[in-house]
Amino acid sequence: MTDANTIIERGRVGILVIGGGPAGLAAAVAAKRAGVDDVLIAERDRMLGGILNQCIHNGFGLHTFKEELTGPEYAARFISQAAELRIPYLLNTMVLSVDRDRNVTIMGREIGVRTITADAIVLAMGCRERSRGALSIPGYRPAGVYTAGTAQRLMNIEGFRIGKRVVILGSGDIGLIMARRMTLEGAKVLTVAELMPYSGGLKRNIVQCLNDYDIPLQLSHTVVDIRGKRRVEGVTIAEVDQARRPIPGTEVSYDCDTLLLSCGLLPENELTRMMKAGISPVTGGASVDDLLQTDIPGVFACGNVLHVHDLVDYVSEEATLAGENAAAYVSGSTGRSAADAIVEIGVDGGVRYTVPQRIDVGHMRDSVTVRFRVADVYRDRTIAVYRGEKCLSRRKTRVLAPGEMEQVKLKKEELAGLTADEGLRVVLED
Amino acid sequence: MEKKDVIIIGAGVTGCAIARELAAWKLDVLVLEKEEDVCSGTSKANSAIVHAGFDAKTGSLKARFNIEGSRRMEVLAGELDFAYRKNGAFVLCFSEEERGQVQELYDRGIKNGLTAGDLEILSGDEARALEPALSDEVVCALYAKSSAIVCPFELTCALAENAVKNGTEFRFLSEVTAITREGADGFVVELAGKERVAARFVVNAAGVFADKIHNLVSGKKLSIQPRKGDYLLMDKEVGGTVDRTIFQLPGKLGKGVLVTPTVHGNLLAGPTAEDVDDPENTATTAEALADVQARAGRSVKAMPFRQVITSFTGLRAHEAGGDFVIGPCADAPGFYDAAGIESPGLTAAPAIGLYLAGEIAKAAGAERRTDFDGTRKAIPHVALMTDEERAALIRQDADYAQIVCRCETVTEGEIRESIRRNPGARSMDGVKRRVRAGMGRCQAGFCTPRVMEILSEELGIPMEEVCKNRPGSELLCTASADEGGVS
Amino acid sequence: MAETRELTCINCPLGCALTVTIDGENITVTGNTCPRGEAYGKKEVTNPTRIVTSTVPVDGGDIARVPVKTASDIPKDRIFAVMEAIHAVRVKAPVKIGDVIVKDAAGTGVDIVAARDVSAA
Repeated sequence: MTDANTIIERGRVGILVIGGGPAGLAAAVAAKRAGVDDVLIAERDRMLGGILNQCIHNGFGLHTFKEELTGPEYAARFISQAAELRIPYLLNTMVLSVDRDRNVTIMGREIGVRTITADAIVLAMGCRERSRGALSIPGYRPAGVYTAGTAQRLMNIEGFRIGKRVVILGSGDIGLIMARRMTLEGAKVLTVAELMPYSGGLKRNIVQCLNDYDIPLQLSHTVVDIRGKRRVEGVTIAEVDQARRPIPGTEVSYDCDTLLLSCGLLPENELTRMMKAGISPVTGGASVDDLLQTDIPGVFACGNVLHVHDLVDYVSEEATLAGENAAAYVSGSTGRSAADAIVEIGVDGGVRYTVPQRIDVGHMRDSVTVRFRVADVYRDRTIAVYRGEKCLSRRKTRVLAPGEMEQVKLKKEELAGLTADEGLRVVLED
Repeated sequence: MEKKDVIIIGAGVTGCAIARELAAWKLDVLVLEKEEDVCSGTSKANSAIVHAGFDAKTGSLKARFNIEGSRRMEVLAGELDFAYRKNGAFVLCFSEEERGQVQELYDRGIKNGLTAGDLEILSGDEARALEPALSDEVVCALYAKSSAIVCPFELTCALAENAVKNGTEFRFLSEVTAITREGADGFVVELAGKERVAARFVVNAAGVFADKIHNLVSGKKLSIQPRKGDYLLMDKEVGGTVDRTIFQLPGKLGKGVLVTPTVHGNLLAGPTAEDVDDPENTATTAEALADVQARAGRSVKAMPFRQVITSFTGLRAHEAGGDFVIGPCADAPGFYDAAGIESPGLTAAPAIGLYLAGEIAKAAGAERRTDFDGTRKAIPHVALMTDEERAALIRQDADYAQIVCRCETVTEGEIRESIRRNPGARSMDGVKRRVRAGMGRCQAGFCTPRVMEILSEELGIPMEEVCKNRPGSELLCTASADEGGVS
Repeated sequence: MAETRELTCINCPLGCALTVTIDGENITVTGNTCPRGEAYGKKEVTNPTRIVTSTVPVDGGDIARVPVKTASDIPKDRIFAVMEAIHAVRVKAPVKIGDVIVKDAAGTGVDIVAARDVSAA
C-alpha cells in the first residue's frame, strides 16, 4: 500500500476520490475492493465522515446494515472499512482545480500546493444549503439567522447553544431534526413555516420531530420580514397564495432570537463546472450514465454532489457503484458504445428527473437502479417504465412526494437491443 | 484630560481618507467610530463605483471632488494596494426623445473637467457590440471610459491601516454624544461612556449622523435625509454578464438602477431610492427588491436573478442643500464638515481627504512629516495567486494552505491576518469585509463555525462573545443554569 | 366500540401510513409494509417509545463532544428526564463507540452509550 504523501510526491494516482463523506468513503472502499490498489481520498474537513458527523440523530443504515444507527455510527462503519483496507486519505485538504485531463491542483496544510494526475476521479463533494441571501428574505440582517446545517454543526460538533426562541423556515429534514434537537436542548421552537403546500422532509421526521413536541407546521407560509438590528428580535410569517406570493393581511409576528433556514440543498459542483462536465439543470449535479460516469470519461459522481438524497443508505449504494465503475475504468475493462447507442431516459407525468440520465445499453450491468423525484404530491399513481410504446414495468404507489426519492430497477435483458430512437421513459400514470 | 490635535468623527471611507492624508502632517490625530470597525455605515453598502464625473451639477462640490477623486483613486490604488478596475461605464438611453439628455451629460462632463477622450456617445448597436447583454431597446448610450469599480471595504481598510502606520489612533465603539467649545482654541468631545477628549480641531465625517454632529456646535443647522437603496448581488458565475457599469438615464420611471460587475467578479444590481426616518434602517423590502429586478431588467436582457446570492440595503446621507458640505464651519472655528456625502461620495473621498487635511494642516501651522510612508500592502489573496506564489506563501506560514471559506477560497492565514491588522477585524463582518470569508455563494454556511473559532482565538474572547458586528450581535447565546442545555 | 388511529410509521424513512384499530385488548394494524410497522403501530398506541440522541462534553479529546444515544428506545414521556441525565455528565477521552456513558438513565433501565470513538488529544 502507498501512503498519501508518496502518492502526492509521485504526482499520479489511480483513483482520486474528492470528498471523504459517506459517498467518498463508500466509493473508495468499493474501488479498493474491486482491486485498485491506488485510491486516495481528499477531504477538506478535519475528519472523515462528512455531514454524518453532525447528524447525531438515529435512523441511518436500515438498508445497508439492517439496523438503526446514528450518523456518527454509520460513518464509523465506513471509516473502519477504509482503515482496514488501508486507504490513504488527506484531511484539511481542498481540491482547488481539476481539468478534463484529470490534472488536479490540491492544497492542504500537510502537502502545500501540489498537482497530481488521476487516472479516474470520483466526485463526492456533497451539497450546501440554500442561504437566506439566495431566498431574498426581506428585512434586517442581524445575527441569529442560520441555515439549519450550520446550526447543527455549531450545536452537535462544537457544543454551542445558538438561540432560545426559534422559528424555522422550510421543512427540509435538517430543519425538522433541528426543531427536535433545539427543543431537547431547552429552546422553544415556535413554529415551522413551509412555503410549499407539502413538507420537504420525510414523514417520519414530521411525526417524531414536530408532532412529538407539539411544534406547529404551517404549510403554504413564508417569512416576509426579519426584525432586529443586532440579533434577531422577531420575524413575520405570512400565508402564501398558489403562486407562492404572500397574502396581505395574513401576517403573524413572532418574537424570537433565531431563524433557522431549511429550504433546500444544492449540489456543490464548482469543480464539475470547472471541468466543463455536463450539468443537469434539474438536479444541479452532473449528468451521468448508468456507470455514474459524467460526460468526461473517467470522471464519476455520486452522493449529494450528483443529486440530493434523503437517505444515506442510497448514497452508499450509489457511491459503491461509482467506486466499482471507476475501478473498472482504471483497469481498462469498461467499454463504451458510440454516442447514438446511448439512450437518454425520458420523464413524464410529474417525474422531474432521473439519475442516471442515460444508459449505455450495450455495456450496462445486469441491472441498473434508476432514481428519481416527482414534482408534486401525488396520490394513487402508478410508476411505469416504457420502452418505446411497450410497458416494461408498473408499480402502484399510494403517496409520492417531492421530498422522497423513488426508484425503479431496469434489467439488462429487458433493454437488450434498445435504441435511442425507440426511447426509454419513466412516467407517472393515474 | 487627554488632548489631541485633531479628532475625526466617523471611520467610513471619508473619515479614513481624511485620517490618511492628515497622517502626512505632524499632528496627533484620533479617529472616533461608534461601530466596532471601520466601513460600517454608508461606506459598506453602496454601488462601489468610481464615477467619471459627468453627472454632478457643474460648479458643485460634488462635481469638483468627483473629478479630483476619480483621478486620485487610481493613484491611491497603487499606493495602498486595493482592488480597482477601470472598466468604463455606459449611460443608457431608451427613447429617441431622451437623446438630448445624453448630449447634456456629455457636455456637462466636459464642463466638469473630463476630456473628449474620456467620453463618447455610442449608437444602440455600437453599445450592444461592446456589451452584448444590453437590451434591444437601447437607442444610444454615453460611454464614460474613466469610470471604474473598487472594493469599498478594502479601500476604507487600506486608508485606515495606512493612517495607523503613520501614527493615527482609531477608537471604536466610541459614540460622540456632545461637543463643547473649550476656550478660544479647541473643543471637548464627550463619548457615550462619558469619556472626554480635547482637540484643537474636530472633523465631522459622521455619514448619516453628520447633521447631528454638526448641529452640536453650529447654529447653521444641517439636515441629513437618510435615503435607503436596496441591492441584489449575484453569483460570480454570472459576473461577466456585463463588463462595464451600466447606468440608465433618469427617466419617466424615476432614477434608474445600475448593473455592474464588482471588482471581485460578482454582478450587482441596484439601488432603489426611498427616504426613511431611521438612520439605521437597513432592512430590505420585498417591494424594493422586486423594483431592482424590474428596472435592471430594462437595461440588460435576461438578468440572471436566479443566481442572487444576497441582498442588502445601503443608506445615502442626503443633505437638504443637495450638495456636499465640505470645509470649515462658519460659526465654529476649528470644526470642519465632510457632510452630505452621498453619491459620488466614495469616488470623492480621496480628494475630500486631501483637501481637508491640507486646510487643517494650514490652520494648525503643522509641518509635513518627513517619515510619512504612504504605502500599504494588501492581505495576501490566495484565490488570485499562481500555484508558485501560493507555495511560497505556505512555506512561510502553513495557515495559508488551510481553506476556511471554500466559496471564495479564503485561507486561515488570510483570516488571521485580517484580525492582526491594525485596525483589524473584530467581528464576523469585519473578517468578511477584509478577506471575503462568507461573501460567496453559500453566504457563510460552511465557514461560520471556523471563522468564529479563529476570532475567538485571535481576540482571546470566548465563543459566546463573538459578534456578527457590534456588541449585541452575538452569534451564540449562553445557557442560564435553570434552563439546562449545552454550555 | 373500536377506536381507530391514523399513524405514520417512524421505523424507516418509508413512513408508511398506518391505521391502528383498538378494540379492547385486540389491536390490529393495517397499511404497514413490514412486520416492524405492525409492531410500531401496536406499541405507539399502548406504550410509545423513542430513541434519544444528544452529545456529551469530552475532556482531553481530539474533539470537544461525543455523540451519545440511548442503547434502546425509552418511553416517550421520559425523554426530557433522560436529557437531564445526559446534561449532567462529562467524560474523559478516550471514548470508544458503545461505551456506557450513563448507566440506567433516569431509571428507564436503558443505558446512554457513546456513538463514536474519541481519541485522547
